[in-house]
Amino acid sequence: MIYLDYQATTPLAPEAREAMLPWLGGAETHDFGNPHSAHRAGRMAAAAVEVAREQVAALLPPGGRVIFTSGATEALNLAIVGSNARQIVVSAIEHAAVLDTARALGASTQILGVDAEGLVDADAAIPFGTDLVALMQVNNEIGTIQPVAAVAARAHAAGALVLCDAVQGAGKLAAPACADLIAISAHKLYGPKGVGALWLRDGIALRPIIHGGGQEGGLRSGTLSPALCAGFGEAARLCTSLAKTDGEHVQRLWETAIAALSGWTLNGSATQRWHGNLNIRCDGLDVARLMSDCRNLAFSAGSACASGSGRPSHVLQAIGLSDNQVKSSIRIGFGRYTKNAELVDACAEIRAAAAAQGV
Amino acid sequence: MMTKPIYLDFAATAPVLPEVQAVIAEALARWANPSSVHAAGRAARAALEQARGDVADALGWRHEVIFTGSATEALAIAWQNSRSQKSPETCKYASAVEHTAVLRHAGAHVIAVDADGLVDPQRLPKAGLVAVQHVNNETGVIQPLAAIAAQVHAQGGLLLADCAQSAGKLALPDADLIALAGHKIGAPPGIGALLVADLGMLAPAGGQERGYRPGTENLPYIQGLAAALKLDRGWLIEAATLRDWWEMQWRELGGEVIGAAAPRVPTIGAYCLPGVNASMLLIRADAQGIGISAGSACSSGSIKPSHVMTAMGLSDAAAREVFRVSIGRTTTRSDLEALLALVRTIVAGRSPRVEARAGA
Repeated sequence: MIYLDYQATTPLAPEAREAMLPWLGGAETHDFGNPHSAHRAGRMAAAAVEVAREQVAALLPPGGRVIFTSGATEALNLAIVGSNARQIVVSAIEHAAVLDTARALGASTQILGVDAEGLVDADAAIPFGTDLVALMQVNNEIGTIQPVAAVAARAHAAGALVLCDAVQGAGKLAAPACADLIAISAHKLYGPKGVGALWLRDGIALRPIIHGGGQEGGLRSGTLSPALCAGFGEAARLCTSLAKTDGEHVQRLWETAIAALSGWTLNGSATQRWHGNLNIRCDGLDVARLMSDCRNLAFSAGSACASGSGRPSHVLQAIGLSDNQVKSSIRIGFGRYTKNAELVDACAEIRAAAAAQGV
Repeated sequence: MMTKPIYLDFAATAPVLPEVQAVIAEALARWANPSSVHAAGRAARAALEQARGDVADALGWRHEVIFTGSATEALAIAWQNSRSQKSPETCKYASAVEHTAVLRHAGAHVIAVDADGLVDPQRLPKAGLVAVQHVNNETGVIQPLAAIAAQVHAQGGLLLADCAQSAGKLALPDADLIALAGHKIGAPPGIGALLVADLGMLAPAGGQERGYRPGTENLPYIQGLAAALKLDRGWLIEAATLRDWWEMQWRELGGEVIGAAAPRVPTIGAYCLPGVNASMLLIRADAQGIGISAGSACSSGSIKPSHVMTAMGLSDAAAREVFRVSIGRTTTRSDLEALLALVRTIVAGRSPRVEARAGA
């Protein structure tokens, strides 16, 4: 199988896996403790969590703190619900974890549209009295990089807090330093599933949404998993140390794929984009048939979360695509462990399958 | 040189079982997102549903299983999203000895317990959501959940049972909503589940887990939880023998057992040595590499006396003398002998001074 779905999840880095295993310790070790216990086993686990917290913090701006959660979805829920916002501005292409949470909160929600390139207007007006503006750093479906700094400046001028879903950008791009709240996920940056983080700028208070033992400074109760935190930390450390080579590798893969699929139409901006995301369409293409013809390839017809739902992508609709264009779009995602030759083979297979459809 | 660790705090978290380590280590190699529709994603989905069935089978549960990141999260979902068909404006009640993961939620009316920490099934609220834990995490006291469930159901209410300390050890109670934690039974922290008798009782939150818990599923840990629950429970018989032996020795040293008159699980006990502050005991135990705790791990380091002890009628001073010993699958008599040796030193160190003063 050739895995080309890096936006759904990334392979677990072998180094991250190795960092996790010692914290899955058995009875003969000290390495299974509850990080909230006061005894030695507990303190060792707590130390592992704190090392990981520093490693994750290195991906994020200075002047804030990292709260571990079970994933980015929980981090986004904590940010939105915990902020008690009554007036929220969100972009039209946010992940469901933002859009559905804002809706569930019952807050008055204003949508910032995007242009045909999949970009929010950097000069979009933010109404005075807005409590929270949620804008993602990199879109999960089309990879477009949003003008977070410009929108954040306007949001701050209007007195709003800025929440940035940096799930797809963290470990790849510089952190959105202008945001007040940043949500990230380990399994999108070569770490394990089941752990994410919310970064809070110092001085920002949230109310918790999960109550109990009062872990994470009272903001997020529940026993932390030292193994998941350690895997997240190591994955973050690798992203920091490999940032240059990862970026260059992705750029080469992008050029390979763009050349191999010339004639297809790119969805979203080519330049304001994370180049590990190639969302493209070919008029008349039957994507369901393409996917079943290319059984050896793992790619996506939309975001993984929505892809089983049969709902057309709200992101592709937001950039003005017709239903037919949406249905003829695929997402190819690649990264650190994708080999150039694999990508060449995969693109050839996709082209051949499309040609067999007569498109 | 580090002494060999002696771990007597299984109620805080249990060591990861070798079978579970193997399952997780292997599963970490299959990292596809179970929501992806390609072959790798579908294989992950199939493994997820297999694990869901395995968890239900191992527990003898015939209804829904929703995986969460922790028992705390499972309790939060149950507490915040449950609704009784009869009364949408559900009143919420919780026993006074519930874990803080229940008690710290807003709007809990408290149900008192007796001196042994037990809820009286005859003195329950008329309706609504009633949260009564199966086994107390500080004392090991088992609540009479069969009688409580019958009473709650007769009133048309919903029973939420926190089974973090009982799942995989005792048969599940007849509750409508059950929360459990993987890391109390040999899976690592980071995985829990909410068992739901009828999804109509729960308002959906969208996303994964049939729309009741959004977020990408942590499949390796879910499979680890299933593996932990499948293991045999025969060790609990030996644990009961071990506990009885330890408590006999303990009482001979002048120690007391909290909730001794109530039914208790063999794995958790709360103890006190009158006149000896638990913090001092814990620090000395820790210095010898013996891990025990005062109450729950969550409240470790807190100077407030345990709400469980207060609810059972202990004074603040008496509550500060209480510590917890909790044992597990791998606990041996020599582990407890080490603790007894320490207690003997403390008792011996105390008595001569008392006698010396008396003689002066």
